[in-house]
Amino acid sequence: MSNVIMQVNHLSAGYQGHKVIEDISFQVEQGKIYSIIGPNGCGKTTLMRAVSRNIRPSAGQVLLDGENIFKMNTRKVARKVAVLSQSNNTMSDVSVRTLVQYGRFAHMAWWQGRSAQDERIVDWALEKTGMADFANRKINALSGGERQRAWIAMSIAQKPEILLLDEPTTYLDISHQLEIMELVARLNREENITILMVLHDINHAVRYSDELIVLQDHRIYRQGDPWSILSSDVLEKVFRVQAQITTDSENGTPIFYAKAVIR
Amino acid sequence: MENNRSIRDCTTYRLGVLLVLLAGCVFAFLLGNVVGTLQIPFRRVLELLFHADGSPEWKAIWNIRLPRMILAGLVGINLALSGSILQGVMSNPLADPSIIGISSGAGLFGIFILVVLPQYQTLVPFFAFLGAMLAAIIIYSLAWKGGIHPTRIILAGVAVSALFNAGISGTLVFFSDRVHGALTFMNGSLSARSWGEVEMILPYTVVGLVLTMLFSRQMNILILGDDVARGLGLNVELTRMGFTALAALLAASAVSAVGLLGFVGLIVPHSIRLLMGNDYKVLFPGSALLGAALVMLSDTFARTIFSPVEIPVGIVMAVLGVPFFLYLLRR
Repeated sequence: MSNVIMQVNHLSAGYQGHKVIEDISFQVEQGKIYSIIGPNGCGKTTLMRAVSRNIRPSAGQVLLDGENIFKMNTRKVARKVAVLSQSNNTMSDVSVRTLVQYGRFAHMAWWQGRSAQDERIVDWALEKTGMADFANRKINALSGGERQRAWIAMSIAQKPEILLLDEPTTYLDISHQLEIMELVARLNREENITILMVLHDINHAVRYSDELIVLQDHRIYRQGDPWSILSSDVLEKVFRVQAQITTDSENGTPIFYAKAVIR
Repeated sequence: MENNRSIRDCTTYRLGVLLVLLAGCVFAFLLGNVVGTLQIPFRRVLELLFHADGSPEWKAIWNIRLPRMILAGLVGINLALSGSILQGVMSNPLADPSIIGISSGAGLFGIFILVVLPQYQTLVPFFAFLGAMLAAIIIYSLAWKGGIHPTRIILAGVAVSALFNAGISGTLVFFSDRVHGALTFMNGSLSARSWGEVEMILPYTVVGLVLTMLFSRQMNILILGDDVARGLGLNVELTRMGFTALAALLAASAVSAVGLLGFVGLIVPHSIRLLMGNDYKVLFPGSALLGAALVMLSDTFARTIFSPVEIPVGIVMAVLGVPFFLYLLRR
């Protein structure tokens, strides 16, 4: 129990009385990468929104270091948990640097300006995500991959223990997808930030995660390390494909391709 | 594109624009004191502002023009701040107290007190505030569906506005014998307003200016979207509620002083956005300055263009505002 930083206990949530996730429980250990996968409509995004306190659960709790996040001061949560939502449409037209400075919001009292330390952290976040050369560009003038890195820079400027990402690679082309996945893995390795993310691409999830959480029909179907998930019946039963699984010679992780649809 | 800073992000540029706007305010203020049926030369105006000499010119300035210009400036500040707040909390660029019914809510409650319970006249600003808040609450509850959707907000707002306007018209018809100057109330007018209205509205303007300066950072975070703002540690519900109440208060005090003056909260913040971007740190002070200047100039124009006939400043505002609104719709 010592290094469990987040606990999800029997969580149910939904919209207007209609349940989208039911009785979800899992633990997040410090320093690991967790990916939530599942077919469309299984409740991945709803789970993420509940864990990031964007919707109130109808039952169950989310504990952060033993404290219920829905009872904690929201600023206190934000100093430990950073969230990258799926749709970041905004009428704001700030520069990348200003956006990253917003990441320091939870660390400043309302009457305070930014300290030298805040500025150092902003510089570090820009550097870490490779956005230093774009710092003065407007976010709505960036390409999809650059914009995603800018939002990640904002999130890590919060200096979180856990980073929650909801499908961070959607709408990106393949090289930018890989770039974002590599960045996330690097943040985990070098900065020891725990990662909990929703991923669409199962191969990405398998390659970069320590632990996979598979959702089906609003519940957890199975949870485990990548090999145990892929060698189980998950691909057939949850994703309804027949797959060929091999070992990625580069890093020893499993990799698969879908051969046929199971009807 | 290189990593050059956009000019709208440069501190010197922003300060420059704010200074120009301030100069515009001073110019509008002095112009309003100079022109009129009784033309008073500029030097004489400056002199009379500091030396009371009891002359007819002095009376014209101190009893009529000076309070009227100050009131115009304060009303402009309140409406412009109210509009820029509403656009942020409702994430809708078309939000404006007069378009989405906040002003009509204030107007209905205000006018009801004036004609039905005139003995409680001093409570007009308070009831106007209740009306404005009621309008805001109805808009939110009609438009809320797991979050704020800009289109639903504007549709709900137009409906609320129509409803309250009908209520105002109804009140004016039923109590037509008791309503003096109903027409000027409906169109927003500064004629025959004096120090009493200035004293009434001034505290609200001060509160509005101070709070918007203090909490511009919270507004900047809020416009990133609810989920992002919450992730960053902002108490989204409290911030939205507080800002909405402030916008309602500012609009209600303006309505209590001059009636339904439309479009200021739409034209002004958008012009500032075009000049300096969406950063509320400059959007709030910029809107306040431009709002003051715009209403002072428009009122002077309305007062002198068909002299000796005076038209309500609301008509000038509508003539400026409607094309602007259509331009924003098409953008």
